[in-house]
Amino acid sequence: MKKTPLHSRHIECGAKMAPFGGYEMPIQYRKGIIFEHTATRSAATVFDTCHMGEFEFSGPSALSDLEMILSCPVATLPVGQCRYGFICNDEGGIIDDQIIYRRADSDFFMVVNASTEEKDFSWITAHCSPDTAARNVSAETGKIDLQGPNSAKICLALFDNSVIDLKYYHFMNNSCRGESVLVSRTGYTGEIGFEFYASIPCIQTLWDECIRLGAEPAGLGARDTLRLEMGFPLYGHELDEATDASWSGFTRAIGDKPFIGSAALSRRPGTQYRLSALLLTGRRTVHPGNPVLSSDGKKIGRITSGSFSPSVGCAIALGYLQPEYGAAGTMVSVDTGRGVLAAQVTTTPFYRKATARASLAAFL
Amino acid sequence: MDTLNDGDVMADGRLFTKTHEWVLRSGTTATVGISAHAQDSLGDITFVELPKAGVMVSKGKECGVIESVKAASDLFAPVGGKVIEVNADLETAPESINSDPYGAGWLFRIDTLADADFDGLMDETAYAAFLESEA
Repeated sequence: MKKTPLHSRHIECGAKMAPFGGYEMPIQYRKGIIFEHTATRSAATVFDTCHMGEFEFSGPSALSDLEMILSCPVATLPVGQCRYGFICNDEGGIIDDQIIYRRADSDFFMVVNASTEEKDFSWITAHCSPDTAARNVSAETGKIDLQGPNSAKICLALFDNSVIDLKYYHFMNNSCRGESVLVSRTGYTGEIGFEFYASIPCIQTLWDECIRLGAEPAGLGARDTLRLEMGFPLYGHELDEATDASWSGFTRAIGDKPFIGSAALSRRPGTQYRLSALLLTGRRTVHPGNPVLSSDGKKIGRITSGSFSPSVGCAIALGYLQPEYGAAGTMVSVDTGRGVLAAQVTTTPFYRKATARASLAAFL
Repeated sequence: MDTLNDGDVMADGRLFTKTHEWVLRSGTTATVGISAHAQDSLGDITFVELPKAGVMVSKGKECGVIESVKAASDLFAPVGGKVIEVNADLETAPESINSDPYGAGWLFRIDTLADADFDGLMDETAYAAFLESEA
């Protein structure tokens, strides 16, 4: 089992650990998942995301290679900005979701999921031109996510350069005590927040400083409840190689251009299934794989993620439904195996007060 | 590694099952809950399904479910009897099981059936030893 550079800190804090993506990761710390979730939406939390993978691509053909490999437009990505997109296989299924950062005209940085790092790098390099320099820098790159309304204040105290003008899905090269840090205004929680990429020793310093400046450590349990409330997909649940990228409904992640898998995608998004949001009536949750039934008892889809939602106060879920049942307000039910629960199709985000895109100045 | 927390100090007089329920006898009735260890293992409890008042529960048989953010656990009746009262607060505030598993987090009360049902249950010391051996 692999360990991140922050592993011993989690153990010292009394975190409950579990395997994830080949690493032993913190699921929660002593105060619990609901505390960490609420702290993210009202204060500031810091997540260990060192397990994620990072790649670098450069060279005269890097742009055209990535344009073909990724579903999102790359040529139109300005330097200093990043973009979410899929790596698809020839059938339009999803090898992984990723974020691509443009550091210079022909210099790119990509972040991918932990469990798919090796698979992604093999696939990408197999489809790159000979003159594209590709490096897997995951082993020497540390990453942590600082999220929440208080994250901006903490950020100002952490870095040599101010982040105050950093816009959503923009990034900057910053430094902490002279050491380089890539700071991006991105995250997986829906709140104002940042992701930091740095060397291992520097990420350890940044973690300690975030905690010292008042961020609460938060684990994968809260990370999942937070992303679910926003309707963000999780690889292995909403996204996998058997899932057509166009069913996801994330139309901005799919450019109007040819790319590997584009020809196989359904011409109209959601032709066969559509990723839908379900609001349960009570606190009882549904689970991945549970069948979704129409009001006349027909199986019309399946659940991909489900959990109690601390911010909404009831259970919520994501699932793939046949598109004719995807309209908001449609009543369906979910067979949990222990009983059938009523649910209503709704729109994401489930939590509507998230701050991610707000101006940082308002939070200082 | 499990360490006894404050909750265990208040476990006085309770008897425990290997499935981590507790029962506190009071004459011909008894109160049932889950142990501090159980709530800690489960994490933040989000939903509880309890037997309804008037229903019979049997010793060792499944009688409900406790769900947390990351897990679900069946509830087993430590002793048999007729359910006479259910903790209605848990419908909207199941987290009291986490914060006070031996007090406000009680689950249900029963009219007990057989004294013999209490045989084989562990007292606080035996339960603590059982937890050590499981760790």
